[in-house]
Amino acid sequence: MNLHGVKAIYRFEMARTWRTLLQSIASPVISTSLYFVVFGSAIGSRMVEIDGISYGAFIIPGLVMLMLLNESISNASFGIYMPKFTGTIYEVLSAPISPLEIVLGYVGAAASKSIILGLLILATSRLFVDYQIAHPFAMVGFLALTAVTFSLFGFIIGVWADGFEKLQIIPMMIVTPLTFLGGTFYSVSMLPPFWETVTLFNPVVYLVSGFRWSFYGVADVHLGVSLGMTVLFMLVCAGLIGWIFKTGYRLRD
Amino acid sequence: MSNVIQIERLNKTYDSGFTALRDVNLSIRKGEIFALLGPNGAGKTTLISIVCGIVNASSGTVLADGHDIRRDYRAARSRIGLVPQELSTDAFETVQATVTFSRGLFGKPANPAYVERVLRDLSLWDKRKDKIMALSGGMKRRVMIAKALAHEPDILFLDEPTAGVDVELRRDMWNLVRGLRERGVTIILTTHYIEEAEEMADRVGVINHGEIVLVERTRELMDKLGRKELRLQLAEPLATLPEALSDLPLSLEAEGQELVYRFDARHDQGDVAGLLRRLDEQGIAFRDLRTRESSLEEIFVDLVHNGRKGD
Repeated sequence: MNLHGVKAIYRFEMARTWRTLLQSIASPVISTSLYFVVFGSAIGSRMVEIDGISYGAFIIPGLVMLMLLNESISNASFGIYMPKFTGTIYEVLSAPISPLEIVLGYVGAAASKSIILGLLILATSRLFVDYQIAHPFAMVGFLALTAVTFSLFGFIIGVWADGFEKLQIIPMMIVTPLTFLGGTFYSVSMLPPFWETVTLFNPVVYLVSGFRWSFYGVADVHLGVSLGMTVLFMLVCAGLIGWIFKTGYRLRD
Repeated sequence: MSNVIQIERLNKTYDSGFTALRDVNLSIRKGEIFALLGPNGAGKTTLISIVCGIVNASSGTVLADGHDIRRDYRAARSRIGLVPQELSTDAFETVQATVTFSRGLFGKPANPAYVERVLRDLSLWDKRKDKIMALSGGMKRRVMIAKALAHEPDILFLDEPTAGVDVELRRDMWNLVRGLRERGVTIILTTHYIEEAEEMADRVGVINHGEIVLVERTRELMDKLGRKELRLQLAEPLATLPEALSDLPLSLEAEGQELVYRFDARHDQGDVAGLLRRLDEQGIAFRDLRTRESSLEEIFVDLVHNGRKGD
């Protein structure tokens, strides 16, 4: 195994984060904190509790998940798209490094950044909202699983994109709406029965629900289903990446 | 001398339907400098890209130092360094960081002393902490070479290494290439500057329309396919060539003031002494004479555009 190669890619990607601290870390932390200020402290104090949890605390898992999905996708897609855009991808393609090792480097770095951000946002939100974490290990596990899964998804987008617009279109047009409609700001059980059933086709529901369970022990769908759906999506992404490297799709002519 | 690159029946047709390589067979000998010449779109970069693993071949085999580039890609690629034609660099990285990255990417443990040597050899040591975007085009080219050398390759591909660089840097590159060859590195370069191949290459390969037209030792190629020319400045201009000299490949130029004798360096040894004797018999005097040999560039143009091939 080319561990030096994996480390080189990982360090290169992480170095980009430290070089652009304001954009990579401060910006998502500040923008997510604004949600806590507005929906948690200001409006949240006038809203009723959901499942016995204050509204400010209820939305924390969903907001962390919203940031986690967007950052995982954006970090991983940018990480692989930029070498394609600048032409430096030639070096990765000509190196004695396997597809698995390439993915470990890029996706590992993207997921690491997202996890660090998720934990930072959780710590920051504590300044505005009081919350508990009932199952801390499960919380970290969900955080890591989601970060890895959506970094894999981001990697696919980065390979597929042949312009900056395409790089943005899936996070903006699909992921963000799905997250907003996936129970981030409300419990799925609050919807009319028809829309509750429709919502179950939204994969983000399972992520938010599972993550919320790790905080408060309550969930919209069964924990096992949440975990199963997340792992299934991860396997689908991994399979697609395998196909990309096998065929050389948009990487190797 | 053993072959370090062995290419057999290599074909490449892109998804667009464009066939870039047709049944290419080529052997590169260990430790030589091999120049691959060809017009734009001839297939040079595709050939290099396949050997380096950037492009997949449609069919055929390539061995690098005995290792199949697909089945045994780790061993094959670890021996190869590539300096691509385009100046593709990470603009925001420092010189030292990007060279260190390349070394790690190719599976080598960190070796600051070696990286320092490479940077010093390429006059980049003073710029090691500079961001690449702050460097001139020539310096960026040196960074590309440093990156390619970072993992101590045995085989180095230079795709148009001196395109757009100034004369001084070109001379530096030539010296660097010769220095690498002395250390046992095999060098394969593509170039548009024919004098570069003439100056440096041990052997030359000409590729056109995806086919290898010819592979020959540079000197032998010039001996075999080169033409020589004897130009006599006449004491008195001639209106026409005398009938007695019509069996010779002579022509009158400069309004009859120059008599030019052109001959094939391989087939015709050119009986210059005989020509001069016959001119004397005809009473044609000359004030001065000069000879010249055709350059590799002329041979190349002849091969590519006129389809002339060596036997």
